[in-house]
Amino acid sequence: MILIHCPYCDEDRPEIEFAYGGEAHIARPLDPSAMSDAEWERYLFIRNNPRGRHHERWRHSHGCGRFFNAVRDTVTDKFETTYKAGEPRK
Amino acid sequence: MTRFSAISLIAKALNGHKDWPEQWPDAAPKPAYDAIIVGGGGHGLGAAYYLAKKYGITKVAVLEKGWIGGGNTGRNTTIIRSNYLYDESAHLYDHAVKLWDGLSQELNYNTMYSKRGVMMLAHNVHDIQSFKRHIHANRLNGVDNEWLTPEEAKAYCPPLNISPDARYPVLGAALQRRGGTARHDTVAWGYARAAAALGVDVIQNCAVTGINRGPDGAVTGVETTRGSIACKRIGVSAAGNTSVIMQMAGLDFPLESYPLQALVSEPVKPIFPCVVMSNTVHAYMSQSDKGELVIGAGTDQYVSYSQRGALHIVEHTLAAICEIFPIFRRMRMLRTWGGIVDVTPDRSPILGKTPVQGLYVNCGWGTGGFKATPGAGDLLAYTMAKDEPHPINAPFNLDRFRNGRLIDEAAAAAVAH
Repeated sequence: MILIHCPYCDEDRPEIEFAYGGEAHIARPLDPSAMSDAEWERYLFIRNNPRGRHHERWRHSHGCGRFFNAVRDTVTDKFETTYKAGEPRK
Repeated sequence: MTRFSAISLIAKALNGHKDWPEQWPDAAPKPAYDAIIVGGGGHGLGAAYYLAKKYGITKVAVLEKGWIGGGNTGRNTTIIRSNYLYDESAHLYDHAVKLWDGLSQELNYNTMYSKRGVMMLAHNVHDIQSFKRHIHANRLNGVDNEWLTPEEAKAYCPPLNISPDARYPVLGAALQRRGGTARHDTVAWGYARAAAALGVDVIQNCAVTGINRGPDGAVTGVETTRGSIACKRIGVSAAGNTSVIMQMAGLDFPLESYPLQALVSEPVKPIFPCVVMSNTVHAYMSQSDKGELVIGAGTDQYVSYSQRGALHIVEHTLAAICEIFPIFRRMRMLRTWGGIVDVTPDRSPILGKTPVQGLYVNCGWGTGGFKATPGAGDLLAYTMAKDEPHPINAPFNLDRFRNGRLIDEAAAAAVAH
């Protein structure tokens, strides 16, 4: 089990306290009715799925309950950093 | 290739099994091929075999970054079934089950396909309704599936706990008798041997590092860790690494890769006669011919290429196994491992052409690709040979994520396979 640092609680806590929230920094469309099918496909379904640095959302569901972002290496599963929601992409 | 027969086995046995030749040569890459398959798992080797066997395309190379049978082909829990709800899925998976029949004879290699039956347990009213719907849909599609009462389920699988006092009581079960297991390594080895006998080069330790394309955008070859190879057609069958390969051709794919774990117990005498799965409590189990109980756990929650998963996932599965089969509470587990599975948004595979001319893909089988091995190989070969999908795999195209014709297959729920 991996330890995850919650940037709100400022503590390393075990993974079972957290819920994974998928890829980070996917912006919700501002004008949905103007989007083409290709843009919907990209927003809903296309994912980076990189082998290496991955930006992802986590929620400290059994702690403070807040969403935050993380950078993790998908080969080693090691977290590079975690940062609060709304902060720029690291 | 030496054909296996009773006579050859006896003759070699009398000689102490000392002079068996290698089953297929460890080929080195040539400068050019008619077609290249990226990924030497069962699906990719199957595609190479059917390209050579059915379509006469024998200048084919299978590029495997590791060793044959070392990826998901050797990491799955070997379950075979085709009791999927939708017409498209039922046809796709049943095409594979039909090919499993007679595969050992065709390859002259014992894949140990055993139709011991796959039984899915219903634990609540929703399960009962959903399974009965599946059974009716399956039978309309010519796929066998039948309803069992708890007593009939217990008779079919004696270790099952059908006590009404259980935390998740067994209220019935759906049984596909044609479902079962096969030995996964022999599927890869059998296809590799049969394909090599037809002229296919099976190349190990050869990772693809780039896809070359001409001025018109069509593929012209691949870059690998063992040099450049020219070809006009590339079939990518790389499971969890498909996104990485597709990025080399500039394509973003609707895939996410997750670790999926499995584990086996110490070997015991035959006690478990079939495959039992329970989607509700997230557990499934069978017994291998070596005697190990083979147990499938769930995926980890996060995207990863690590080929290992967390212990709490395994604990969760074993808790469920102990609840349904109290008889196994004191069994010791021998090994656990993980494989990387590529999951699509609708949990159905992608098998067909890509926007790049000459680039074909077979991916997105998620947590349940082993059962489809012969079918996926056959259909990828057809698609590559004809440059158009077979009617069976036509619905499983990449365009469905744009036009919305998803195949939202609940039977492929992310755990039990």
